[in-house]
Amino acid sequence: MYVMTLHRSSIGKKIIMAVTGLIWVGFVLLHMYGNLKVFLGPEYFNAYAEGLRTLGAPIFGHTHLLYVARLVLTVALVLHVWSAYSLTQQAHHARPSNYIVRQKVQANRASLSMRWGGVVILIFLIYHLMHLTWGLPVAPGVFVQADAYHNLVNGFHFIPATILYLLGVIALSFHLYHGVFSAFQTLGLNNQNTETSIKGAALALSLVISIGFAVVPLSVVAGIVR
Amino acid sequence: MATETSPAVTVTQMPTFTEATLDPGVPPGPIEEKWEKHKFNMKLVNPANKRKFTILVLGTGLAGASAAASLGELGYNVKSFCFQDSPRRAHSIAAQGGINAAKNYRNDGDSVFRLFYDTIKGGDYRAREANVYRLAQISTNIIDQCVAQGVPFAREYGGLLDTRSFGGAQVSRTFYARGQTGQQLLLGAYQALSRQIAAKTVEMHPRTEMLDLVVIDGRARGVVIRDLITGKIETYVGDAVVMATGGYSNVYYLSTNAKGCNASAIWRAYKKGAYLANPCFTQIHPTCIPVAGESQSKLTLMSESLRNDGRIWVPRKADDKRNPNDIPEGERNYYLEERYPAFGNLVPRDVASRAAKAVVDSGYGVGELKNGVYLDFSTAIKRLGEHVIKDRYGNLFDMYANITGEDPYKVPMRIYPALHYTMGGLWVDYNLMSSIPGLFVLGEANFSDHGANRLGASALMQGLSDGYFVLPYTMGNYLAQATLGKVTTDDPAFKEAQYTVDDQVKRFLAIKGTRTVDSFHRELGKLMWDDCGMGRTAESLQHALTKIPQLRAEFWANVNVPGGGNDLNQELEKAGRVADFFELAELICLDALHRNESCGGHFREEFQTPDGEALRDDENYAYVAAWQYAGAGVSPILNKEPLKFDYVKLSQRSYK
Amino acid sequence: MKLHLKVWRQKSGNRQGHLVDYELDNVSPDESFLEMMDLLNEKLIEKGEEPVAFDHDCREGICGSCGMVINGIAHGPKAAVTTCQLHMRNFKDGDTVVVEPWRASPFPIIKDLVVDRSAFDRIIQAGGYISVSTGSAPDANTLPVGKEQSDLAMDAAQCIACGACVAACPNGSAMLFTAAKAAHLGLLPQGQPERNRRAVLMINQQDAEGFGGCTNIGECEAVCPKSISMDFIARLNRDVLVGTIAGAGRVEA
Repeated sequence: MYVMTLHRSSIGKKIIMAVTGLIWVGFVLLHMYGNLKVFLGPEYFNAYAEGLRTLGAPIFGHTHLLYVARLVLTVALVLHVWSAYSLTQQAHHARPSNYIVRQKVQANRASLSMRWGGVVILIFLIYHLMHLTWGLPVAPGVFVQADAYHNLVNGFHFIPATILYLLGVIALSFHLYHGVFSAFQTLGLNNQNTETSIKGAALALSLVISIGFAVVPLSVVAGIVR
Repeated sequence: MATETSPAVTVTQMPTFTEATLDPGVPPGPIEEKWEKHKFNMKLVNPANKRKFTILVLGTGLAGASAAASLGELGYNVKSFCFQDSPRRAHSIAAQGGINAAKNYRNDGDSVFRLFYDTIKGGDYRAREANVYRLAQISTNIIDQCVAQGVPFAREYGGLLDTRSFGGAQVSRTFYARGQTGQQLLLGAYQALSRQIAAKTVEMHPRTEMLDLVVIDGRARGVVIRDLITGKIETYVGDAVVMATGGYSNVYYLSTNAKGCNASAIWRAYKKGAYLANPCFTQIHPTCIPVAGESQSKLTLMSESLRNDGRIWVPRKADDKRNPNDIPEGERNYYLEERYPAFGNLVPRDVASRAAKAVVDSGYGVGELKNGVYLDFSTAIKRLGEHVIKDRYGNLFDMYANITGEDPYKVPMRIYPALHYTMGGLWVDYNLMSSIPGLFVLGEANFSDHGANRLGASALMQGLSDGYFVLPYTMGNYLAQATLGKVTTDDPAFKEAQYTVDDQVKRFLAIKGTRTVDSFHRELGKLMWDDCGMGRTAESLQHALTKIPQLRAEFWANVNVPGGGNDLNQELEKAGRVADFFELAELICLDALHRNESCGGHFREEFQTPDGEALRDDENYAYVAAWQYAGAGVSPILNKEPLKFDYVKLSQRSYK
Repeated sequence: MKLHLKVWRQKSGNRQGHLVDYELDNVSPDESFLEMMDLLNEKLIEKGEEPVAFDHDCREGICGSCGMVINGIAHGPKAAVTTCQLHMRNFKDGDTVVVEPWRASPFPIIKDLVVDRSAFDRIIQAGGYISVSTGSAPDANTLPVGKEQSDLAMDAAQCIACGACVAACPNGSAMLFTAAKAAHLGLLPQGQPERNRRAVLMINQQDAEGFGGCTNIGECEAVCPKSISMDFIARLNRDVLVGTIAGAGRVEA
């Protein structure tokens, strides 16, 4: 099982980061698609939310597959953050003192903001779970356990939550733009012929995901979804 | 009698030298069989005993790195030294054009004999036949070895190796890796060396400079090294010493050599008794970027391969200030094509250089300082398309554009000859051993193989041949036979050498004069270029021989070496090198003065044919002049190795 | 032209360094950056000061010795050239020019602008070669290599190990250097038998030397004097992935 030795090298850590990142990209994409069902009305949306719990039935019991997915996502997240932290430490050791004058040549905002952007996304994620999944009292209004539609509309009427959500989405889109390209590069799936297309696809994906997410709270605030 | 009618051709009054004859130890038999038979006759060292022998290798260029790697592979205990921060930076890396090999992949009539013939002829019949033949034989193994190492030579679409033609040859036998052949070959050797360093057969000492050779009981047994970072003077004992420290073009200050290239190793070996052969055989490369101004620190070569597709010309009208593209065809003088219809722009380097000097001296020079000739690619671009030219020479064109600020795809390049390579060097026998037993000399540092003029793409071949395929055999032969006593660094010879080196460092630091090392070096270089450059006369050489000692005296009285001796001090390094250049410069001039003939890179203006070609004197000068140090202020002893030509008929070189 | 120079001076590795201001007059646009530094040094020596130490050798952009961070960019403002090939016509009269050494902990400063890059040599020693001893090679044309493949290998092989990639990388990563060697050898049929093992061994050494990891930002290829593409890094990653899973490079450990 030499694959278990991956975590020892810097490239191994990057590979772990890439794979776990791609798992989350898949999740985020599905999540966004699910969110858009809000435009089809409460029954449809709540049925979708309930459907997640009965996923894989009758082979899987109620919420079993959902917990498997949650477990995979949690493990992926932990590994993603761990490798990011570990590589950041390594990078800081490699460059303890910086230049007095520094000019970037071709680095873009997305690529330079991976680390603190990741931290923003993590903070947002925790708040988001507390807010809309666990129903912890982080926002005004009543959290109704089986009414996801209500929770969503109610939640986004709290403007600070909406702003934080939008900030999270922007951070996510930057993170994805560089992250998706980076994952392909790290997994060795990029070469001189594919670079432009991978970068283009990463841009498209990050735009689709960010717009897809942002449109829901904006519609709530604008009163389109009520 | 000529002296009476024309004083210009006064034959030199030379100091008379003690003369001796020198035997190169060439094995008997037909030339094709010499090396094979010799390899069999040489003694071998038992594999188990090899690691008991320590070999000190100085320099990590093609010759040094390939030798250290190959000796390490055989199991010897090798210590390798270079002054650069990494063995990969040795100046072989800058060789551009290619490497010759008699593979005859082109089916164009090449053969070992033809490469041998071309090299002897190109060298103007001043090289040792047996060595050159061996070089031609080994040339094919080199390509095999390098390809196996992963050298990315240029290839054809079919996947097989591509070749191109080069100056002085009518066959296409030059293998190349874009314009970076030297780099790729050196990296191959460096990687082989790295493998041995990892295997602990080679111990690498970068950023060290060899400052003296230690000779005990008549044999080379060690070296004195200065650690360039700590300034520590250290000593190393070995059973043999290999010098692959390159050439001495930097005597001329402006040359295509790297700034660090120096002659200290060979010069200090000379002073310890190794003979220095043919120092006046210096090569001027025809295609370099002309000097742009006073502050110029080095010259940049544009590979000779450019002459494959570039056409060399000057305006027919002297002092023509027009844009070269506005000068119509009829007003251009393609002087090489006109004068040498058979070889055209591909005449050997010495011929091309002298022709350029001739047109510039007569006022046809181009560029702001009127110090160049055009190398024009417009015909080739029209014929082949810009992309082909880009593919072949892209990096050279970029380099040119970068240095001059002109676009060579649109405006012809300006080129002018510059000091590039030195055929002379420490004298070695057939086994590449110097006159000091146990001191082997490889690559440009030795004098062998190229005679009075080296053909393009032959330096890489020689360096690798010496290092990969000759020394590993001859070294074993030496070690198997020599009875070497146990020596330690406590030996008085080591102590004395260490003291001398240390003392010199202290002397430099104590002078505290007013002139920088570079200013002296620049002045020496100008003097050498003017008096002992592309054209030399007895008069100019005598002028140099009076001036050099004066300048040297001023150097020792007035040089300013700042800083101390116990850390990285680049001025101190330079001072040591320039001090040696001063002494070597004198020997170069002396050798040039004594050789009353013109041959190859040594062009004595008094000795030329009516149409300005080099005029050899085979009767009196068909020998290698190997100079032996006889003490400070004393004329050196001249050892003559007679050159016999049994396979190539001596003739006036003609490239018409 | 006249320049205001701010040059990093540091007596030795264990001393503090700082920028020192120098005014330099009569700089010609035809000079190279290093010739400008020569001029500065001549002036310093004449004034009885110690000249600025900097590594340099061939001065034609191929040995890889020179390297300075000029106004915050490794090898200065012009793309695809080394410091020795940067000419002063890229600067204007009156410019302020800040000159710093490569900064990365695997490249400790020796003096002024001179750094120790021997970590690169050790990465090559770890596996950056094809194991072929002298004399054992078959005829050069035995194995054909497609022109495209060979050209691509040559693109990677051009690396001069100057270290600009490390100097420019915010992570202090040597990935472009290591990837260039891995790709050069890995693209050729001669390099196949050791391909994955080589990649793993070189990366292990790179990590051990203290270089950072790659975050695919691309500053390395932007400052690379030989324009080596970071696509080669993808190849290296793949070789390391395959090699690690297969346990390559562990046989002798």
